[in-house]
Amino acid sequence: MVNQVIEGAGSATRVEVALPHPTVSRSARIERLLESERLLAFVLLAPTVVLLGVFIAYPFVMGVWLALSSTSVGNIGKFVGLHNFVKAWNDSIFQTTIRNTFFYTFWATLFKLSLGMWLALLLNRHFRGKRLVRASMLLPFIIPTVLSTFAWRWMFDPTFSVLNWLLYRTGAITVKLPFLSDGTYALWCAIVVNTWRGMPFFAITLLAGLQTVSPDLHEAASLDGANGWQRFWHVTWPLLKPVTIVVVVFSIIQTFSDFQLIYVLTGGGPANSTHLLATYAYQIGVMAGLLGEGAAISLFMFPVLFIVVWIQLRYLRRLEGA
Amino acid sequence: MDTFDRDKKVGSRIDRRTFLKVGGAVGVVAAAGGLEGILAAHRAPAYAQGTKLHWVRWVDFIPEADVELKRQMPEASKVLGAEVTLETINANDLQPRITAAVQSGSGADIFMFQYNWAQLYANSVVDVSDVANEIAKAEGGFYDVYGPSARVGGRWLAMPHSIIGNAVAYRRSWLKEVGANEFPKTWEEARKVFSQLKKKGKPYGQTLGHTFGDAPTFAYPVLWNFGGAETDASGKKVVINSKGTVESVKFMQAFWKEASDEGGLAWDDTNNNRAFHAGEISASLNGASIYIVAKRQKDKIKDEKGEPMYQDIDHAGLLPAGPAGQFPLYLNHSHAVMKYSKNQKLAKDFLRWLHKKENFEKWFVTNEGYSVAATTVWEKHPMWDKIDKPLQVFRTAARKTRIFGHAGPSTAKATEAFSKYIIVDMYAKAVQGMKAEDAVKWAEGELKKIYG
Repeated sequence: MVNQVIEGAGSATRVEVALPHPTVSRSARIERLLESERLLAFVLLAPTVVLLGVFIAYPFVMGVWLALSSTSVGNIGKFVGLHNFVKAWNDSIFQTTIRNTFFYTFWATLFKLSLGMWLALLLNRHFRGKRLVRASMLLPFIIPTVLSTFAWRWMFDPTFSVLNWLLYRTGAITVKLPFLSDGTYALWCAIVVNTWRGMPFFAITLLAGLQTVSPDLHEAASLDGANGWQRFWHVTWPLLKPVTIVVVVFSIIQTFSDFQLIYVLTGGGPANSTHLLATYAYQIGVMAGLLGEGAAISLFMFPVLFIVVWIQLRYLRRLEGA
Repeated sequence: MDTFDRDKKVGSRIDRRTFLKVGGAVGVVAAAGGLEGILAAHRAPAYAQGTKLHWVRWVDFIPEADVELKRQMPEASKVLGAEVTLETINANDLQPRITAAVQSGSGADIFMFQYNWAQLYANSVVDVSDVANEIAKAEGGFYDVYGPSARVGGRWLAMPHSIIGNAVAYRRSWLKEVGANEFPKTWEEARKVFSQLKKKGKPYGQTLGHTFGDAPTFAYPVLWNFGGAETDASGKKVVINSKGTVESVKFMQAFWKEASDEGGLAWDDTNNNRAFHAGEISASLNGASIYIVAKRQKDKIKDEKGEPMYQDIDHAGLLPAGPAGQFPLYLNHSHAVMKYSKNQKLAKDFLRWLHKKENFEKWFVTNEGYSVAATTVWEKHPMWDKIDKPLQVFRTAARKTRIFGHAGPSTAKATEAFSKYIIVDMYAKAVQGMKAEDAVKWAEGELKKIYG
């Protein structure tokens, strides 16, 4: 408030009137605030920080706390240090699960990369119906995993398998193949389904990468006498490598933490031969109610995925630097 | 023309004296007589307007049973003065839903429990002893299996509801083809009969996969029938590595190879039904659903002669006997009122209503023996004299059933062993080639980690 003194003409009276602040000074302050880059950055980042905090940081911290506690369903539990991790490490089912997870991730990623690359190279050529083929190729990726896995389960069904029926009818086999009833077969079946589902992601991303490769480079290499393989190895591959690494890293993360596919296809059986870390953590945490032990099992994924992400970030930073 | 009478108009309201009279009466009868009191007062209890009660059960293998329960919900709502809703979900999703509800402190008011889940969720459910004792007293008591399954520390933590009695469904004519006029009484006889049938492309069919029903209800009885057990009577000492267990595993290895459909390792709880109806297997331990579905779909499910298959299906009440006897494991169901529920009293009143003879009976009859009651009085129900002979075997089926954890108490540790499929996988590992002694040692190691 500002006090102004008004003096009447020819009179000795003094009247004090309180006037508001000039509006100019308030708007100037608001303007200053709006122009503050620090505040603007805070306002713009706040929603993301809140979302990350609520949906990423909180569950992660809760997961770590659960893994270090004896919490079970309905019981808060107490701090038990690394007990849950030690118990899991000495558990023979967990050891099988760890082996399965690495085996499954390695082979599924390798197949997805090889077949995805092959498909991308084919689709990069010009042919009639190219757009239709490209669009239909995405179907396995679009259909919900649960639905497509159910379809595969029917195809691998021990009694009514259409694959067995076909192979038997064509004379390729004389006895039914134990697709899901033999541990080794079942794990390979899961790898096949994962490859079928994940390959389009590889193909479409690599195809996008291939389309950024200038045809002039290939032309120049051809003029220099390079054959198909040499053109791929010396021209295409170096230019495609950054995209490939990003896709592979994403795929490793997704495959390593896969749940739906195994849960629907085999439920982790027979005799735990297809359990992955996520499905075993679910079995212990949710079905047996041992939330602490389940969280510890799932946290075993963390170091592996952390290393994978670290490699990816490091590589991307190097590329940015270059 | 009637003059406007203020007092009459007020009749649609309630004056203080009337309110106290009626309210007091309802309150007293509700407190003293529970559901009986409510019904006697001829009006719905004083639950706040808009009160809802959420009840979650599995999707029944007998679809008509769910239809009947859903039909009853408006009736229950009317009687209880609250909106009662029934949600049916896949049986495998019950535990995830319960876990999420308990941890978040919100969800359905009443959940269907299987086996001994009351032990597992003991801290998250309400004592329903008052309801359970009333029903047990009125209906001749619960079957023995409910003691270790639903009572914890002397309190009923889940209200026993029903038991899925299992029996071996078999093709009468096929067994006759190999000289068996009745179902084999011992495992050795069964091995001979089904070995011959397997040679004819008609094996015995059972799952040893990770399923909640058929795999454990097959594997645990085999263990018990040969004299094996998880722990001693104290429940503290693991005794799985015994002569009886090793013998049972050796037997399973031979039975699986010689007499069974080896694809069973990957079956879920529905595969044996489909395989049986398709004429791929000659027998399977199952609930009554194989027979009931075959009968209700008699135009579709036919035998090789084109006749309705159900006419050729019979039931053996128990799996064949082993050296130690015959002990089944049946899937028992109960209902638990959750501690976080704001409608615990209403939930208990609903359970009383559900178990009233005239309400329960309609659901019970729809099941035709697939689900039997939790109390013994229902063995005398006239339905048993009217249903088909193969279904009558379920009448007394629930009397003998055991629960896992035997010979000790069925604690949460027994549930952990069950959830990890240790007994099922012991057999599964052995039939896949592991030495019987090694499979038993593996199970012993896993059980010792649990029982500490």
